[in-house]
Amino acid sequence: MSQKPLLTTEAAGTACALPDAGPVILAPAEEKRKIRVATCSLAGCFGCHTSFLDIDERILDLLKLIEFDRTPLTDIKHCGPCDVGIIEGGVCNSENVHVLKEFRKNCKVLVAIGACSVNGGVPTVRNNIDLWECFQEVYHYGIGLKNGMIPNDPELPLPFDQVHPIAEVVKVDYFLPGCPPSADAIWKFLTDLLAGREPKLEYETLHYD
Amino acid sequence: MSDNTITIDGQAVPFAPGQTIMEAAMAAGVYIPHLCHNPEFTPHGSCKLCTVTVNGRNAASCTMPAAPGMVVQNDTEELNANRRALTQMLFVEGNHVCPFCEKSGNCQLQAMGYFLGMMDPHYDQFYPPRDVDASHPDILLDLNRCILCELCVRASRDVDGKNVFGVTGRGPHTRITVNSASGRLGDTDMAVTDRAADVCPVGAILKKRHGFEVPIGQRTYDHKTIKDVHMEEAGK
Repeated sequence: MSQKPLLTTEAAGTACALPDAGPVILAPAEEKRKIRVATCSLAGCFGCHTSFLDIDERILDLLKLIEFDRTPLTDIKHCGPCDVGIIEGGVCNSENVHVLKEFRKNCKVLVAIGACSVNGGVPTVRNNIDLWECFQEVYHYGIGLKNGMIPNDPELPLPFDQVHPIAEVVKVDYFLPGCPPSADAIWKFLTDLLAGREPKLEYETLHYD
Repeated sequence: MSDNTITIDGQAVPFAPGQTIMEAAMAAGVYIPHLCHNPEFTPHGSCKLCTVTVNGRNAASCTMPAAPGMVVQNDTEELNANRRALTQMLFVEGNHVCPFCEKSGNCQLQAMGYFLGMMDPHYDQFYPPRDVDASHPDILLDLNRCILCELCVRASRDVDGKNVFGVTGRGPHTRITVNSASGRLGDTDMAVTDRAADVCPVGAILKKRHGFEVPIGQRTYDHKTIKDVHMEEAGK
């Protein structure tokens, strides 16, 4: 991966400082615009988004540099042209693939966040269980169920027989593992990326769990 | 005496006749990453993580005997990239779901991924169908997490004298098998106090009712790298 800043104009930049993150180079005033970021959760649990919100008041510093496109926070339904797309969760149905491809098409940099996005994670436990048997267990035979019906509305996305990581469907530029990655890991990753540095996690912030 | 010396990354490392490169290196405080090697047991040479370049050729340092004047490269960008690729292959060839694995934080495969800076699996996942055997009252055998280091085979055969484990199948179908008529662990004489019960570097063989006993932050590799831990164990 190139060491060149991916998101900012280096020449004639003005520097501002994020706490603990070193100088951040911004584009010249006439070109100054915020980095546009989109996020979504596919076959995930929104735990990575929750961990992202755990950066707490640091989000105010972040919002000086970025603006959100589609995210669960803005409730925008489709991803427009963006600088950074952050994907939580793997791919478990047809809608996941459509959303993922829309992100890839619109985002200059695509980031896989969390174990599910990186290697499929917990949802892959069903990968060696027949899909029909899985549905029957969930909707017919599960504890406390009575006259359960398997949802079959045509508007529901087609489930896949297996869950897969997003890098098996589209090219992914960066991976941030963890279940979820800690707020500090997410903060370090994002501030590195926004500063045009190659994101690098310290030993104690890199986790697969 | 000066003949019995090799160099590893330019550092002179003495060896005793019969020692492998790995043994000489560890004795001299030089870390060579490894997973299937455990100094207690006969070297196995299967994981290939400890591959070093010896006089220009690659060899597994855990099985290669040290010889006078050997020139060894170990901690190089290329060899560490190979080690990362091997670790990624071990991850995708099994079903390693760290978020709910009881071994997480104490797992050598995971620790090796951290040590080598593995951020993604790189290769497509296999998601192989693998068996779980919970028939033993005190021990769980979960082949989803097995990396075929055969430490359980060696421990059960060489230390416990029970020959509980063996290996069967070929290629991607290779798997650990249990030496009982039913093939179930509960029908063997394996005991939870056996060496084979706590030699597994990953979460394939677990003692029941001990999961998640150690909180996050106090687990083996939460603050120490696998290098730190292995060198401490070697008394270095």
